This record gives sequence, structure tokens and C-alpha cells, in this order.
Amino acid sequence: MGADVKPLRTAAETALIARFQAAANSLPGDSATGRRRTEAFDRFEKTGLPTRRIEEFHYTDLRALLRDAPEPAARPDAAAVATVLARNAAFPAPLAIPSLDFVNGYLVSQPPAIAGVEIVALDAALAAGDALTSRLGALELAQDNPMLALNTAFMAEGAIVRVSKDAGDAGLQLRFANAADAPFSSAPRVLVVVDDGASLDLVETHAGANGLAYQVNAVVEIIAGDGARVNHTRINAEGDAAQAVSTLSVSLGADVRFSSFGLTTGSAMSRHQIFLGCAGEGADITIGGATMLRGRQFADTTLTLDHAVPNCNSRELFKTVLDDESTGVFQGKIIVRQHAQKTDGRMMSAALLLAENATMNNKPELEIFADDVQCAHGATCGQLDDDLLFYLMARGLPRKQAEALMVEAFLGEPLEFVAREDVRDNLVALVEGWLAARG
Amino acid sequence: MLEIRNLVVDIDDKRILNGLNLTVNKGEVAAIMGPNGSGKSTLSYVISGKEDYTVVDGEILLDGENILELDPAERAALGVFLAFQYPLEIPGVGTMTFLKAVMNAQRKARGEAELTTPDLMRRVREAAEKLSINQEMLKRPLNFGFSGGEKKRMEILQMALLEPKLCILDETDSGLDIDALKIVADGVNALRSPDRSFLVITHYQRLLDYIVPDTVHVMANGRIVRTGGKELALELEANGYADYRQQAAE
Ligand SMILES: Nc1ncnc2c1ncn2[C@@H]1O[C@H](COP(=O)(O)OP(=O)(O)OP(=O)(O)O)[C@@H](O)[C@H]1O
Ligand SMILES: [Mg+2]
Repeated sequence: MGADVKPLRTAAETALIARFQAAANSLPGDSATGRRRTEAFDRFEKTGLPTRRIEEFHYTDLRALLRDAPEPAARPDAAAVATVLARNAAFPAPLAIPSLDFVNGYLVSQPPAIAGVEIVALDAALAAGDALTSRLGALELAQDNPMLALNTAFMAEGAIVRVSKDAGDAGLQLRFANAADAPFSSAPRVLVVVDDGASLDLVETHAGANGLAYQVNAVVEIIAGDGARVNHTRINAEGDAAQAVSTLSVSLGADVRFSSFGLTTGSAMSRHQIFLGCAGEGADITIGGATMLRGRQFADTTLTLDHAVPNCNSRELFKTVLDDESTGVFQGKIIVRQHAQKTDGRMMSAALLLAENATMNNKPELEIFADDVQCAHGATCGQLDDDLLFYLMARGLPRKQAEALMVEAFLGEPLEFVAREDVRDNLVALVEGWLAARG
Repeated sequence: MLEIRNLVVDIDDKRILNGLNLTVNKGEVAAIMGPNGSGKSTLSYVISGKEDYTVVDGEILLDGENILELDPAERAALGVFLAFQYPLEIPGVGTMTFLKAVMNAQRKARGEAELTTPDLMRRVREAAEKLSINQEMLKRPLNFGFSGGEKKRMEILQMALLEPKLCILDETDSGLDIDALKIVADGVNALRSPDRSFLVITHYQRLLDYIVPDTVHVMANGRIVRTGGKELALELEANGYADYRQQAAE
């Protein structure tokens, strides 16, 4: 057999192909959108669900992990929405930031009225041929990603947000909650366009019922114009049986200040992929993450950052805490194009193993084609320091409490990336809750 | 208060403490002096419950109770406090957060109510003032970027706040300038009480001018080889340890 023989389709792939053929004509949008869907699906179909033979999925074989493709969630009725939102009311702890609510991937709340911010449901925008829909999927860097392509093929639920300069310091929460009687899949998509000079705090939270094997393939795209400021925070607190694939695609103009921080404690399996492209000079980028895993949880964070223009700074710091038999993956690739001189990029991934059978796979990479740059990357994987543990215990802290303090200290640095104190408090509470549950 | 009987301790099959006997009475200040490598720090770690050591034989009794089976936190709750020779830095944990956690952990272990934040702040501020620790230091992560002397003062601050029964000071004087030495000694002296015992490990007679001991013990090759009054420290200062090295080797 030749190496290029196509593997047989899995049940999940077969179901997705049949589903696309059946749904293609009823999905919202004009013929141009229809063509994009077909192109995207063709791209997906070419690879199928990505296997470890694709480099970016080396540690995360989605073909093996996503064995079947549960039926898309049905639109929840008003009662279901009320139940799910009520159950989720305390998560995140109330923030003074207007929110858009999603249940099982469906936009279920009226867009809040925020001066200078336009919000349209994605299906309505596609159906109406809204001009902003042409900016969906604009980031070249992410184009070939099969999971993003799959989302594009089916995209219908979600929102398009546009923040103008008049909005001042705007804030928006995207609150995704998942619960149902039976497993389902969802593929929400949100595009956020932040105009030149505009400013946005975007808080994206994902929660779901435990014990329910739902699948999410969510996409958030951020396009920030020249001189914009965007602080993005993402919390994955999905249910413990969830399989959550997510894509954050970011395009930055000149002189943008952008930060993104992701906290992951949820899902049985998660893959968070970040694509970031700099289109204008002078951007200042901070990307951080804190992942806390236990049991047999698996979490992958894969970052591709493209310094395509000169004079951008980026700092990436990812911390992973692994207990029990959990597995973490961090892949970070920083590309510095030939003319992207004076790039300053520093990427670090550090893992803390709390148990012998926990595993971390760290793969930071630099691809540098320019000569006048300052770039560095590093990865560490260690255990709690015994001497420090003794010091804390000798002061009277019981072992678990001493360990908890050390874990909090370990995670402290990337948490500082989150500028808003109320948002950070939410993250700290989740970290403390995770540690308290350790007993 | 503290009674150590025939303590034999190995680390990686290497004998460090070799049948050590030591008694420190209630309210007593005992000094331990001895050459480098004689096992002084090891003794302080073993009393505090550090795990790396194998206790081959012997007992450590605190108020008559053998504490060898207890973990360091349990010993701390019983009132054992070790001021480290080399205090550790904890980047990422604010000094105040740390102090609150340890003070309340010990109170909880003893069945006492937790301190409120204002109460805690007041106690810390008062104790810090006495040790000339400025408020700015309390805002930093614990010991992070502190000078050697600042770290030592921070140890004494914790000792003052935790009000232990048995205070072990492992070379608290090393790295202190003369003014800081006086401040630290004053801090220690202020804690002297009929109910509290001290084990002061030092290389220098000078500290003992400020913290005047009731007894002085000479340690060599993992044993106490001589015990005397405060005048013994002066004798050691004059003659060194040559005699004891030999004696212990016999
Ligand atoms: N982890 C270890 N592994 C092997 N040997 C050790 C270890 N820790 C201490 N030792 C040895 O035990 C002996 C006693 O060391 P210890 O630190 O207790 O001496 P000390 O009396 O405190 O010396 P100093 O006056 O220099 O502080 C030394 O020979 C030292 O090398
Ligand atoms: Mg020593």
C-alpha cells in the first residue's frame, strides 16, 4: 500500500459529510457564502479530522479522540434556556460587563444596547448579506486549519460584533453554557471587529453540565484596527465529559495593544488553538494561559503567532498544572518573517506535575527569517520544590495547603496579564476552587 | 521542654547525627556551637521534621511527647519554630498573604478562631516596626529579592507572630550587620519567657553577648561533646574547636 492511500472515513467523518450534503442548501447566506462553505468543507474533507500525521496535531489526534459526531443541538426552547441560564447564573461571578448568552451554541439573549457597539446575530447577518460577513475567516494564517474550516462550513449560530471608537472603553461578555439530556454538538462563531482606536474588554466563558459528552467546535475571531486596544479573557470551565475544540483567530493592525489570557479547568478533552497575525507595525501582544488538569483530562493549547511586519513585541507565558493521570500539550510557534526586523518575541511554557502519572508535552518553536530580532523561547517541566514545601510546612501549613499556595504562586504570573481586577478575581476564585477540590 | 535521646540520623546512608543527647528546659536559652559540617543544621531540620533524613535510632520529646512521627506542620502547631539558616524565596506569594495563611493555619490547628484581616494587619505592623522592617517589604513576595539580613529579620518577624514554644535559630546572626544584629537580638530577647525555650545555633560569640545563653553546647561529628555555661563560648572563641574534633573522633 502506498503512503498516500486515504484512510477509511471514521463514523464521525462519514456523519459530517452526510450532514453537510443535507444541510448545505438550508444554511444561511447568499451564493458567495455558499461557495465559501463548500470550499471550507472541501478543505476539511481533504484531511478529514486531523490525525497525528499533521504536525500541528502531533499530540492531539482528533480523528481518534472525536470518535463520533453527535447530532447538532436542537434550538433550546424558552424553558430550557431559562433553566440553563439559571444554573449558570453564578458563573462567572457577576461582572459589570454586558453579556451575550449562548445555550448549546445558540444565541439566546437579545444583544445588549451598548453605545458605539453594534451586535448582530450571525445567522441574521449572513442571511442579510451584512458587509461585515465578508471579514469572516479573513486570517490567512488559519486558513488551512481543518477544525476552523469545519466551523466555517456549518457556521450559522453566533454573532458579529463591531466596536467603534465612540464606545469608549467597551466591555462584552460572551457566555456559553451547555446542558441537555443527550450528547450534542455545537459550532458557534463570533466575529469581533474593533475599529481603529477603539477599545474592548472581551470576556469569553464556557461552562457545561458534567457527565454529558457534548462536542464543541467554537470559533472567535478578533480583528483589531490601528491603535485599538483589546483585552481578551477566556475561561474553559466546560463539563467534565465535554470535548471542546476552540479557535481564536486574531488579526492586528498597527500599534494595537492586545492581550489574551485563557484559563482551562474544564472538559475531558480540549484543544484551544490560537492564530495571531500582525498586519501593522508597533503591536504589543501578550498571550497567557493557565491550565489545571486532573483525573484523565487532556488539554492542548496550540499557538501560532506570525510576526509578518517589523517592530512588534510579543510575550507568551503558559503555565500548566497537572495532577493524577492528566495530559497537557503546549505547542507554540512564533514565525518572524524576513522583513519583520526589530521583532521582540519571548515565549515560555512551564508545567508543574503534581503526580507521577501526569504528562506534559511541550513544544515551543521559533521560525526566524529576519536577522535583527530578539526572540527567545523556553519550556520547563518540574515538580513542587521539596525544600520550599518543607519551609511552608515548618511554618504550620498542612501539606495540601502548602502545595496549594505553591501552585497559586506558580500560576500567579500569567494571571497578572489580566488587567481588569473583577475579571482576575473570577480567575483566582476558579484556581482556588480547583485547589480546594484537591482536598 | 525538649529532650533528645541518643539521636542517630543518616542521610543517603551517611551518618550525620551520631547518638546525640540534648536537653533544653522550659524557659532556657541554649546555644549550640560547633565546626562547619558537624550537623547543627541537620539537627534543626530533624527537630522540625524535614523528610530527607532517616532517623535510625533515638527520640525527640517535646513536653514529654515523641514528635518523630509528626509532619512539620503538626510540629509547628505544637510550637516548634525554625528560623532557617537560608530562608527561602517564594516568588508569587505576597508576604501578607503568606503571614495570614500561616498564622491562621496554626490557630486553626490549635482550635483557635482565625484572625480578622485588620487584626492581623495590626499585629504584623507592630511586630515589623519593632524589627525595623519597613512596610514596603511586607508588600513584596515573601523574601523575594530581600537581602540576606532582611530575610533573617523576616524569620524573626514570623517567630514573633507565631509565638512558638521552642524557637530554633540556625545562624540567624550570619549575614547581619552590627545594627541589625542588635535589632534581631532585641527581638529575640523580647520573646524570652519562662514558657519558651530557645536553641541558638551560632558560630560567633558576638551574638551571645546580646542573647545571653543559659547553657552552651559544643557539637562535633554529630554529637554534643561538651556542655557548659556562657563562659564556654568565650573559651571556644579563644581556642577554636581543635580539641573537640579529636575528642569526637575517638
Ligand atoms: N542532603 C545531603 N546529602 C549529603 N550530605 C549532607 C546533606 N545535607 C547535609 N549533609 C552533610 O551533613 C553534614 C552536616 O551538615 P550540616 O549542614 O548539618 O552542618 P552544620 O553543622 O550546620 O554546618 P555549618 O556550620 O556549615 O552550617 C555535612 O557533612 C554535610 O555535608
Ligand atoms: Mg548549618
